[in-house]
Amino acid sequence: MPAALLLWGALWEIAGRLELVPILPPLSDVLIAMGQLVHTGQFWAGARTTLASFATGMGLAIAIGIPLGMLMGRIAMADRLLGMWVNLFASAPLTALVPVLMILFGLGSTTVVVTVTLFAVWIIALDTAAGMKHVNPSLLEMVRSFGASRWVIYGRILPLAALPEILAGIRLGLIRGVKGVVIGQLLVSIVGFGELFELYSRNFLMPEFWALTLFIFAFALVASEAIGWIEHRIEAYASSRS
Amino acid sequence: MTQRLARPPRLTLAATTDAPNIVEVRRISKSYGNQIEALRDVSLAFPRGRLTTLLGPSGCGKTTLLKIIAGLIPADAGDVYVNGRVVTGPGPERAFVFQDFALLPWANVLRNVAFGLELRGMAKDEREALAAKYIRDVGLAGFEKRYPHELSGGMKQRVGLARALAVNADVILMDEPFSAVDEQTRRKFQEDLLQLLAVERKTVIFVTHSIEEAAYLSDQIVLLTRRPGTVAKVLEPRIDRSHGPEAVRRDPAYLDAVEEIWAMLKQYLA
Repeated sequence: MPAALLLWGALWEIAGRLELVPILPPLSDVLIAMGQLVHTGQFWAGARTTLASFATGMGLAIAIGIPLGMLMGRIAMADRLLGMWVNLFASAPLTALVPVLMILFGLGSTTVVVTVTLFAVWIIALDTAAGMKHVNPSLLEMVRSFGASRWVIYGRILPLAALPEILAGIRLGLIRGVKGVVIGQLLVSIVGFGELFELYSRNFLMPEFWALTLFIFAFALVASEAIGWIEHRIEAYASSRS
Repeated sequence: MTQRLARPPRLTLAATTDAPNIVEVRRISKSYGNQIEALRDVSLAFPRGRLTTLLGPSGCGKTTLLKIIAGLIPADAGDVYVNGRVVTGPGPERAFVFQDFALLPWANVLRNVAFGLELRGMAKDEREALAAKYIRDVGLAGFEKRYPHELSGGMKQRVGLARALAVNADVILMDEPFSAVDEQTRRKFQEDLLQLLAVERKTVIFVTHSIEEAAYLSDQIVLLTRRPGTVAKVLEPRIDRSHGPEAVRRDPAYLDAVEEIWAMLKQYLA
């Protein structure tokens, strides 16, 4: 991967210097802008707002998505009733719904939080449901034979047994959540990074614009890799499940 | 300082503790959907402290019957009696050993063996000490911290057996426990199981489709017919096991039993 990054970085630099595309400055300018941004109060204020909305939205998405997925995965009736909708929303252009959310929740960070949740929850539910369906029935018979109550089965055994799928869902949900927070801020309540994006694009501050974009991409990448690392840790047990 | 290991109490009813048959099934029938009649009107008695095998061709319902006795599947008709009382679900007096081991993949050997005790609310130190004892008994000393994905099939099944022994159930139900391991391991298992049972004095209900295994291990063999499963015959091989495991396989009584079973099964297979 580092070699590929260097290659693309070099191409970006060349394209920028040659001014091939009006809105694309050379990579070096963008990197300098990144260094400068980090020293501004504006950037950190925006980061705090954005991160807060993102974390709350993701927390809600996980808190709703996992139980929803467990319901769909274990109870056939729930799967029949809800499956269609969850699949639909997982692949629908949810951006189009954001104006509706604005009307419902007003102009403020609440709407941004709801947007994040809306973007992330469906894939978490779907992956959790898939995990539920793949739990070895023998394992469930075993815990029942030793006297496990419903609470133990739903609260501990099933989530642990489906942990690889749940983590995969959360990882994908995180990436969608980043999308959600940026779109939410852009469309709904020009705060946080949304506000900065607005500012830079309106004033054609392209290096700053791309700098901010790179920061967000980097964040999404790091968050996704963090979950990926956890997934890797449990890989040994995941692949040994029959 | 010696540590007294508190074993979980045997939950038996005083009035029927000495009943000769610890488990009885009366007129058990089970069908899946409308087409598949797995068991029809099966009535059997399982003597206390003995190993009874359910033997028969594939699809004869032996695993279904075992799971009904375990309380994991409901019967359509008939009752299961344990110590004279009707049971309708799993219970502490019965422990199950699964064909595909059914270990918790996220827990190490010690936690897996202690799992039944953990569900009963036993304190951690107590249950780990007990689990460690049974891990030694099944020959896995030193593997307490390993995880299932690091173990061979044979070792995983030893964990399953240790787990079933640890909860101190009266009856151990074993569903083709040695069919997922290779032949040598299987033989070793059979010998080890007999040695363990000589010490532990449990009642065992064993499902297998191997005639040799049934003859080698059993005090009583129940032959089931093809679907719909019914009781074809109940045999008692009466093999002398006092001369050691190797001698049994050459004992004429053992060889006769194998031939007798095979002759009977042939009738029902044809």
